[in-house]
Amino acid sequence: MSGFDKVVHSYEEAMAGLTDNMTIISGGFGLCGIPENLISEIKHKGTRGLTLISNNCGVDDFGLGLLLPARQIRKIIASYVGENAEFERQMMSGELSVELTPQGTLAEKMRAGGAGIPAFYTATGVGTPVAEGKDERQFNGRSYILEEAIVADFALVKAWKADRYGNLIFRKTARNFNPLAATAGKITVVEVEEIVEPGQLDPDEIHTPGIYVNRLIQSTFEKRIEQRTTRAAGE
Amino acid sequence: MALTRDQIAQRVALELQDGFYVNLGIGIPTRVANFIPQGIDVMLQSENGLLGMGAFPTEAEVDADLINAGKQTVTMVAGASIFDSAESFAMIRGGHVDLTVLGAFEVDVNGNIASYMIPGKLIKGMGGAMDLVAGADNIIVTMTHASKHGAAKLLSHCTLPLTGKGCIKKVLTDLAFIEIKAGKFHLLERAPGVSVDEIIKLTQGELVISGEIPEMQF
Repeated sequence: MSGFDKVVHSYEEAMAGLTDNMTIISGGFGLCGIPENLISEIKHKGTRGLTLISNNCGVDDFGLGLLLPARQIRKIIASYVGENAEFERQMMSGELSVELTPQGTLAEKMRAGGAGIPAFYTATGVGTPVAEGKDERQFNGRSYILEEAIVADFALVKAWKADRYGNLIFRKTARNFNPLAATAGKITVVEVEEIVEPGQLDPDEIHTPGIYVNRLIQSTFEKRIEQRTTRAAGE
Repeated sequence: MALTRDQIAQRVALELQDGFYVNLGIGIPTRVANFIPQGIDVMLQSENGLLGMGAFPTEAEVDADLINAGKQTVTMVAGASIFDSAESFAMIRGGHVDLTVLGAFEVDVNGNIASYMIPGKLIKGMGGAMDLVAGADNIIVTMTHASKHGAAKLLSHCTLPLTGKGCIKKVLTDLAFIEIKAGKFHLLERAPGVSVDEIIKLTQGELVISGEIPEMQF
C-alpha cells in the first residue's frame, strides 16, 4: 500500500518541480489556515514570475506578503488585498498585476476547476467592473455572467490532521479555501500539524479525501493572528 | 439629531426576526449583533465559513483558527457549524441567508450600490460583498446620509464602480430609513429631531414623501 503514502520529509521535496512562471493556488483566509511553511519555502527557492490565486495576499512580513519584496509574484487573483503596504506600492506602480475577483466566485472557480467543470454562470458581478468582457446570459429572467474555472500547477494547503494517505481534517475556520484549493492543483501539497496511520481517522469525519493530495508534510506553525480582538473575562 | 453608529445598528436590529440567519458586514453592521432584541434568536453567518458566530473571546479563549470575515478572533455559539468557502457562498448565492446588512459609499434610485472601490484611492477589493448583494433578497444598507462635507450619497446614479446592480431595496442612514422601489427613494422614517426638509436637502436622487413621516422608534 506504500503507493498511497503521500508523506515527504523535507520542504525541498514538498515543493520539487516548482519553476518560474507557474501558477499556484493557496488556501487560507487572511492569515488563518495559510500554508505558511510552504510559502516560506517558495521565498527560499526564489521562484519568480508566479501567478498566485488566493483570497488575500498576506501582510508585509508574513504569508504570501513574504514573496513581494523579491518581486516573485507577477500576478495575483484575489478578493481582498488591503492589508499590505508593499502590495499596494507594487500594484499602484504596475509591477504587480491584480485581478480582483468576488470571494464566492473565487471559491467556485476552484471548486469547478477541481471538479472538471470549465465554467459556470453566476449573478455575482453582473453590471459591475467584474462583468467586463464576460459572456452574459439570461436564465429565468435574470442576468448571469460566465466565469471560468481555475486549475493551477501547484495547490498549497494547510490542514490540521492527516493520515499517511492524505485524508485530511481541517480545524475551525482554518478550513476556508483549503478543501477547494486541494482539488484544483495538478500537484497538491499539504502541510499538517499531525500525521497518523491510515485507519486512525474516522472515515465519516474526513473533509478532503486523499485522492486529491500528492504530497504531505508535517510541520509546526506560527499561526499569527491578524486582528486579535477580545472581551474582558466575565463580560 | 443624526443617529450615532450604535443607534443605526439598534434600528437595524429591530428588523431581525426569530430564527433568522443573518450576515453582518464590517463596520456599523457588525454592531447590530449587540442590539438583538430580547426573545429573538438569530444565527450569524461569517462568510469565511462559520454559521453561529459568538462574542469576541476572552484572552484565554483566543484561537488563531477561529476568526470572522473581518479577521477578528471570535467564538462559536452552541449549534454552530463550520464549512468551506464554496459552501459558505452556496448559502449566500443560493438565497438561504434571511438578512444581509452591509455598508456602502453610494446607493442610487435604481437600487445600485457602490461599496468597494474608489478609483485611484482605495483599491482593496470587494471580498464577499458582490456575492452578498447579488445573492440576498433582503438587504439593508447602512451608511451616513451624506459625506462630512455635505455631499449626497443617495444619488440618481452611482458615480463609483458598482458592487451590484438593482439589488438594494432598503437603506438606513443616520438621518432616515428609506425604501427603494420603481426607480425612486421613498422616505419611511426619519431620525428623531431630523426634519423632512433636512433629509430632502441631503438626498440627490428623487425622494418621495407621502403623508406624515414618523420618527424612528427604538
